Amino acid sequence: MNEREPVTKPSVSQIGASAPSGATEATSASSKNPALLLENVSCWYGGFRAVREVSLAIPRNKVTALIGPSGCGKSTLLRSINRMNDLVPGFRMEGEIAFEGTSVHARATDVIDLRRRVGMVFQKPNPFPKSIFENVAFGLRLLGETTGIDALVEESLRAAALWDEVKDKLDQPGLSLSGGQQQRLCIARAIAIRPEVILMDEPCSALDPKSTLQIEELMRKLIRDYTIVIVTHNMQQAARASDYTVFLTMGDDRAGYVVEQGETGKIFTAPQQQLTADYVSGRFG
Amino acid sequence: MAGVSTVHRPDSAATTRRGEGLIEFLLRASAAVGIVTTVGIITVLVVEALFFFVEVPPVDFFTGTRWSASILPYAFGVIPLVTSTLLIAFIALVLAVPLGVLAAVWMSEFASQRVRLIIKPILEILAGIPTIVYGFFAITVITPLLKATILPDLGTFSALSAGIVVGILVLPLVASLTEDALRAVPRGLREGSYALGATRWETVRRVLLPAALSGIAAAVILAMSRAVGETMAVVLAAGTNPQLTLNPTESVQTMTAFIVQISLGDTPTESIQFKALFAVGATLFAITFTLNLISAWLVARYRNVYE
Ligand SMILES: Nc1ncnc2c1ncn2[C@@H]1O[C@H](COP(=O)(O)OP(=O)(O)O)[C@@H](O)[C@H]1O
Ligand SMILES: [Mg+2]
Repeated sequence: MNEREPVTKPSVSQIGASAPSGATEATSASSKNPALLLENVSCWYGGFRAVREVSLAIPRNKVTALIGPSGCGKSTLLRSINRMNDLVPGFRMEGEIAFEGTSVHARATDVIDLRRRVGMVFQKPNPFPKSIFENVAFGLRLLGETTGIDALVEESLRAAALWDEVKDKLDQPGLSLSGGQQQRLCIARAIAIRPEVILMDEPCSALDPKSTLQIEELMRKLIRDYTIVIVTHNMQQAARASDYTVFLTMGDDRAGYVVEQGETGKIFTAPQQQLTADYVSGRFG
Repeated sequence: MAGVSTVHRPDSAATTRRGEGLIEFLLRASAAVGIVTTVGIITVLVVEALFFFVEVPPVDFFTGTRWSASILPYAFGVIPLVTSTLLIAFIALVLAVPLGVLAAVWMSEFASQRVRLIIKPILEILAGIPTIVYGFFAITVITPLLKATILPDLGTFSALSAGIVVGILVLPLVASLTEDALRAVPRGLREGSYALGATRWETVRRVLLPAALSGIAAAVILAMSRAVGETMAVVLAAGTNPQLTLNPTESVQTMTAFIVQISLGDTPTESIQFKALFAVGATLFAITFTLNLISAWLVARYRNVYE
């Protein structure tokens, strides 16, 4: 995973630009050099196909929202990007996910390096049973950093809009914080090692409205430096916080597929597909 | 581990059917049998021990460093018995804790589901072998092996052989309880660690072991309690030579070994030796009971950490 050349495979670079009639719609200018490209991605848990032939371009320095009914494979898709599904026995993926032009599932790909460059924030805040400071320093210590940890921890906590609330109690347990603070701690922990992409799987589903808005605000700030992919079942959240929206749903075989993707404004105000229109107007899901 | 009782709580008025009433009665009865037996044992131990303390002052018993129950002049200082018991338990834990924790880490984090399904029952079978078999294993295999390799002068009975065999004996317990503690660590913590680019081993070392620490401590203490109370393996492997020593190559007598010696022999029930049996038994009971309490407290604590 050392190359960071732009994508050169012709078949991959066409994804965002083709298929005006069907499932995918062009995601405008930034699809020319996307951070992530998914091509015909299908996922199986044993014999059950959870995701069917998904093709997507994730634009750089934007928030891309994956929306769709529960069980349509959003988490599965997201977790395939940083290969968290490697931990699930019986999981199998077909198709191609290219991160900065390199296949994430290739044999030569170093999964450790991939996960350092593609961070993740989970649905339920999961701080380690360690101090606030050590939670943020965790990834740095894995990298063998010894100097400048204090400064990096502070910087990350500031970037996660948590510094002012915790600066006087860095040695207290991360688990002593409120849910919203814990989730921002997990974001600080993720950005401490300066990833390029942050994957967020329903990061606000366990939080109150105020914390939710805080995290959305935070995402808007973070995209100056990061590319964000967020799974959410909250339509207002997708509408408020994302630049691009991908709508997935399930077929009769319960395999998730992409119905429509495009700029968030368009998906919510002028969807091309009836299914999308029904979903975003709250008639389904 | 005896004394585990089942408590049945009727949770609604609908549980009044005949069969359920009978089942409830049986459950209550078996719980009662367990409690009555335990209380009975404790009462007998304490009462008989009091008879002993009428003849031997408690101070002499608890602080005396010489134990001689069969050779005149008699002496009933329990420290040599306690010391040898702890020496053997210590050797056992030095062996069983690192190996047991490693085995648990391997089972819970590295082995495949299928391997785990084979290994777990094997551990349980190992834990079910009568301990006298382990005692024979010590004198027929471990001691000769030690003699042939590093300790040519080792006698037939030694604290070392006993400690090693007790270590083997409690290893499944340590491994199994540690595995439970590791599995109780929420999946989210594992994923959080892997998502930051930690390797499996880093995740084990930096997240899972610290998170499971109180559970592992509980396993270790329970193993220690088991080692302290272990009887037949120790009688066979360590011998019946009460002496105050920390030298593991010596033959020693543990508290349990003394109890066996007296209860198997033809010691008259009115004799001081027979009464000493209860004093030693009560001491042993107090030690293991305390260890079990600490262990249960630790387990309750690690259950509470994650909601
Ligand atoms: N570890 C797993 N093993 C088997 N099936 C799974 C697993 N995780 C998810 N699934 C199934 O895959 C489908 C998609 O799940 P998921 O990706 O979690 O959906 P979403 O995040 O959109 O709600 C569901 O039918 C779910 O039951
Ligand atoms: Mg999900």
